[in-house]
This record gives sequence, C-alpha cells and structure tokens, in this order.
Amino acid sequence: MKLPPYAQLLGLRVEPDADGAPILVMPFGDAVMGRPGFVHGGAIGGLVEMAAVAALRHALADEGVSVKPINLTTDFMRGGRDADTRAAGHVVRLGTRIANVEAFAWQDDCHRPIAAARINFLLVR
Amino acid sequence: MAEPRPIPFHPEQFLQRTQAHHGGILGIGYRAHGADWAELDLPWKHELVGDPASGVLASGPIVALMDMATSVAVWMKRGGFVPHATLDLRVDYLRPARSGATVIGRGECYRLTRAIAFVRGIAHDGDPDDPVAHVAGTFMSTGATP
Repeated sequence: MKLPPYAQLLGLRVEPDADGAPILVMPFGDAVMGRPGFVHGGAIGGLVEMAAVAALRHALADEGVSVKPINLTTDFMRGGRDADTRAAGHVVRLGTRIANVEAFAWQDDCHRPIAAARINFLLVR
Repeated sequence: MAEPRPIPFHPEQFLQRTQAHHGGILGIGYRAHGADWAELDLPWKHELVGDPASGVLASGPIVALMDMATSVAVWMKRGGFVPHATLDLRVDYLRPARSGATVIGRGECYRLTRAIAFVRGIAHDGDPDDPVAHVAGTFMSTGATP
C-alpha cells in the first residue's frame, strides 16, 4: 500500500495483522509531539483518518474508486505517551456511495484505546 | 478543588515556542487573535499532501490546525494558559482546499465552564464565506498548572 506524503511526514508504516488487514504504526518523535512528552491531537487525528482510509482501501480492493472524507469525529480518551501509536480501521458499512468507517488508536494495549474516530466517506466509482 | 490559575499567555510567542513540535513541522503560524478567538495559518507544502494526483492537502493537517486554533481561542477567553485535553473534535470537510493555497484556521470559544470549553471554527483558503472545513469540539481542563 502506497502512503501519501503526509503519512511519510508522520513517519507511518503499515504492519498487516494476521488476516492481512492494515495496521498503521506511528513512531513517537518531535514531528508528532504536541506538549512535551505527548503526541499532538492533530497527529492522532491524522493517524486514525489514515487508518480508516487504509481499511476502506483494503475492503474495496479496487484502486478505481476514489474515496473522499465527508466528516470525521474523533474522541480523545487518553494522552498519547512517548511510544509507538498503532491504529486500525473497521468498515462498518460499505455502500455504493457512502462508507461508514470506525478507527481506533492505541499504544501498548489495543483494549485501551487512546482515541476513537468515526469517518464517513463518499465513494466516487 | 482549587481552580488552576491561568498563566499569562501570548499566542504569537506560544506559536514560536512550539516550532520544533508537530505544529511547527506542519508549518502552522500565528495570524491574529481577539478576546475569544484566534486565527492561525497553514501554508501549502508538498509534505502535507494527501492526494498526490491532485496536490490536495491531507485532512490530518487541517485537524491539527483547527485543534490548535480552537485551543488558542480557549486560552484567550480564559485569560491565560491552563493545560487542557481535547475531548472530541468533529470536522466537516466542505470542499478540498485549492492546491498551493495557504489554509487559514479561525477558532472561537463560545462557551467556557470551569471544566469544559466549547469551541467551533472554520478553515478557509482565502474567502471566509467559502470555507473548506467547519469544526466543533470540546476541551477539558486537566487541572494543575505546570
């Protein structure tokens, strides 16, 4: 999966899970830090949105569809510390024109999310 | 619980101090502020592109811009800096920003309680009446001053 320039700025890499679904990994560093020692909320927002796009691309398995985010709602649950942050998306509904996707970000324990997002995409086929 | 006392806050200096961090890496800068609002800008650059074919900015940097613009608006309305955490932020992407255009984010804090700040804002690329994004969100004070 080819990542856009913004994903490279965040330092993202893709690590597929056991089923081949993409998990995005964002290492901690100055580029993603907000207040000292914590990940910037904007970087977390960018990461979960990228994870949602990756999950949707994986579900579509078709480069011919362009996906456009309509809106994004992010809940920030815990501060992101000095550690790798991982994120994965889950396509809740894949329609003809609209896809509803959830995404979570976590650090050491995937059952303790640091952020959750819901993103609605317009699909242009 | 004693309320944390705000510490004096100067948005222009604050934006300069954070240049080594995420906001600075993105290129977010200060434009203007008022009693309950702040305007920051995000110049277009290649590293922020989400769609290489069109040159359109990724939405992540716009989230970061609006998170910061609305944060600064909260500190303006509170009369100083009190650490806070973003509880939630909703972004409606109204249209793509024009490739090459600077995106301006204007955040406003329209309601402040002891614990919670309610914010809204728009991002535009030159004409505030034709915004690229609309945001609404909340922040929670995290207590002790540093």
